[in-house]
Amino acid sequence: MLSIKNLHVTINDKPILKGLTLDINPGEVHAIMGPNGAGKSTLSHVLSGKAGYTVTEGSVTYNGKDLLELAPEIRAREGVFLAFQYPVEIPGVSNIYLLKAALNAMRKHQGLPEVDAMDFLTIVKSKVKLLQMDEKFLYRAVNEGFSGGEKKRNEILQAAILEPKLCILDETDSGLDIDALRIVSEGVNSLRNAERSFLMITHYQRLLDYIKPDVVHVLADGKIVKSGGPELALELEERGYSWLEGQAA
Amino acid sequence: MSGEAYLTEYPAIAARLPGVDLPWLQGFRKQALQDFGVSGFPGNREEEWRYTNLSALNKTLFAPSASQNVDEDWLNQYSLDDAASVVLVNGQFSASLSRLQDLSAQVSVSSLKQALQDRPAWLESRLGQAVTSAEHNLVAFNNAWFADGVVIEVVAKQQLDRPVQILHVVTQADALAATRNLFVLNEEAEAEIIETYVGSVGSYFTASVNECLLGRNAGLTLYKVQLEAEKAQHFGGTYVKQARDSRFNHHNFALGSGLARSDIHTGLDTAAECSLNGLFVAGKRQHIDNHTRINHLKPHGISREFYKGVLDNKARGVFQGRVIVAEDAQQTDSEMNNRNLLLSADAEVDTKPQLEIYADDVKCSHGVTVGQLEEKSVFYLQSRGLDEEAARNILTFAFANEMVDKVENAELKALLLKELLERFPAISL
Ligand SMILES: Nc1ncnc2c1ncn2[C@@H]1O[C@H](COP(=O)(O)OP(=O)(O)O)[C@@H](O)[C@H]1O
Ligand SMILES: [Mg+2]
Repeated sequence: MLSIKNLHVTINDKPILKGLTLDINPGEVHAIMGPNGAGKSTLSHVLSGKAGYTVTEGSVTYNGKDLLELAPEIRAREGVFLAFQYPVEIPGVSNIYLLKAALNAMRKHQGLPEVDAMDFLTIVKSKVKLLQMDEKFLYRAVNEGFSGGEKKRNEILQAAILEPKLCILDETDSGLDIDALRIVSEGVNSLRNAERSFLMITHYQRLLDYIKPDVVHVLADGKIVKSGGPELALELEERGYSWLEGQAA
Repeated sequence: MSGEAYLTEYPAIAARLPGVDLPWLQGFRKQALQDFGVSGFPGNREEEWRYTNLSALNKTLFAPSASQNVDEDWLNQYSLDDAASVVLVNGQFSASLSRLQDLSAQVSVSSLKQALQDRPAWLESRLGQAVTSAEHNLVAFNNAWFADGVVIEVVAKQQLDRPVQILHVVTQADALAATRNLFVLNEEAEAEIIETYVGSVGSYFTASVNECLLGRNAGLTLYKVQLEAEKAQHFGGTYVKQARDSRFNHHNFALGSGLARSDIHTGLDTAAECSLNGLFVAGKRQHIDNHTRINHLKPHGISREFYKGVLDNKARGVFQGRVIVAEDAQQTDSEMNNRNLLLSADAEVDTKPQLEIYADDVKCSHGVTVGQLEEKSVFYLQSRGLDEEAARNILTFAFANEMVDKVENAELKALLLKELLERFPAISL
């Protein structure tokens, strides 16, 4: 599904990712943990096509395609979804407008007709319920004035409606209280299936109590320095990251 | 000299202007002509015309046209079904196109020509009350050249039972449409008036002046929808005199023309309120100038002003917002805000808020921003599958739509949305 090979990325000539290799198979949940500034968000941005990053070496293959060649919107339409660490506020554009425009963009890309207005409302309302959100949020401007937790929930709502193939969650757990964390995790878990893969970036092991990963990676200084099963997360919780920094995988 | 060709032409035109038999109006026009003759059209040396160059008015001699030709199907797209309508074709009232039948007797709506015949004395005591030739020479020009217009009076304590739309349409190339409107709302009267400016030919000159006299506790909502043709020169001034407790709500949508200047000036007596909203959207080489003046003359007045500008290509926008708080106008509460979005590196906006406060116990604020679309917002929308152009259009549309959202008239709102969506095609929901 996703194969990242020896990825080197710079921002303004400053190396951030320095040879990152990672393979994700369909249906797998991979967690990436690592200290602040390790390059986790950089990875999520490069995968979703944000400008400002230069790939100096390496490749990213997504379902047989060179992902780095695709425009951001094409990546999205091909099923790559990023739940942002810092979701952007878009004044004047309602949530429901964005959801419908996004869903129709996906459908058009797949050669499907626009979604029927009634069907759309039915889908949206069921997902709103799943994430225990108030329907009023649908008619508010995207993320405008939302609390940190509400923004994160809103990202997962979008994922639930757009049904991506690869879902990248960048610190979706940060800023969530324990109830919100449980609700968001249940939302994510309900999206898990044999085809859909997850790349879950987090700082804390606590998210992994709710969403069980298949593989846990440690990203430090621009590289994966260690990979293992869920037990690795527990070890990190106990020992921190310092013992791994400067180490190669 | 600026305006010379117009002065030379004037004697030939004067005989056809209304009011030749009214000495007071002859005097009024003569004075205006003299004022105009001193320096012609306003020039950049004048502080309030610094950003707007009117030289195009001297390059072509725009002349009055008697043509009443209109493609009605074309005009219909701008006509609001739920409103009574007054249609001015090339600056002349069209009885056949106007729809005034179903207004109540509490309201009088007529052409200016008709009003000059029916009640000249009433007009004599009102014309020139809200603005004079001394304001600037486009007002002087209008005073001397106006050929027709609309007079609306609402009886005390009454309200217009439906909005009145004034459709100002130019269909003749190089025409001069000089119109004068007078809106009189007596005590506690209410009205909603919509001015719509359109043109079906390239180049012409609209020179229009509105005077609004609001009695005690009267309320006027006035919309201006400027959709002039691409090469048109547009001047539209609205000058308001607000008596105690009166309310003036203005919405200025400036979307068309090659060059446009709006004046929106109001003077507030005790506890009067005004809100001035504006949206100017310009592309290509369009130039749109908005000049507002809020004169707090007496205590307890409230003013709210909010203008937004969207400039693309080589367009230029101007916002001049002057708020004057007289020594006597204690407890004035005034807010002014102007936000501008530049979509291209060659687009330009000059924004100049001016607060002149002579009273000491007031609450006045102002804010101005000039910015571009946020790239992180564009990327966010792209990451949800929208292409870059759609993303930019949606964000621009959303920026501008905040002003359309303030329009309460649903039919007008739909018309404005359609115009905005044509400029920034986004997916409509
Ligand atoms: N726009 C930028 N310009 C310069 N440096 C940046 C920029 N964005 C991120 N960085 C740097 O890149 C490194 C990785 O950042 P990031 O990927 O956000 O880390 P993480 O998400 O793991 O905390 C940090 O040292 C950060 O300061
Ligand atoms: Mg991060």
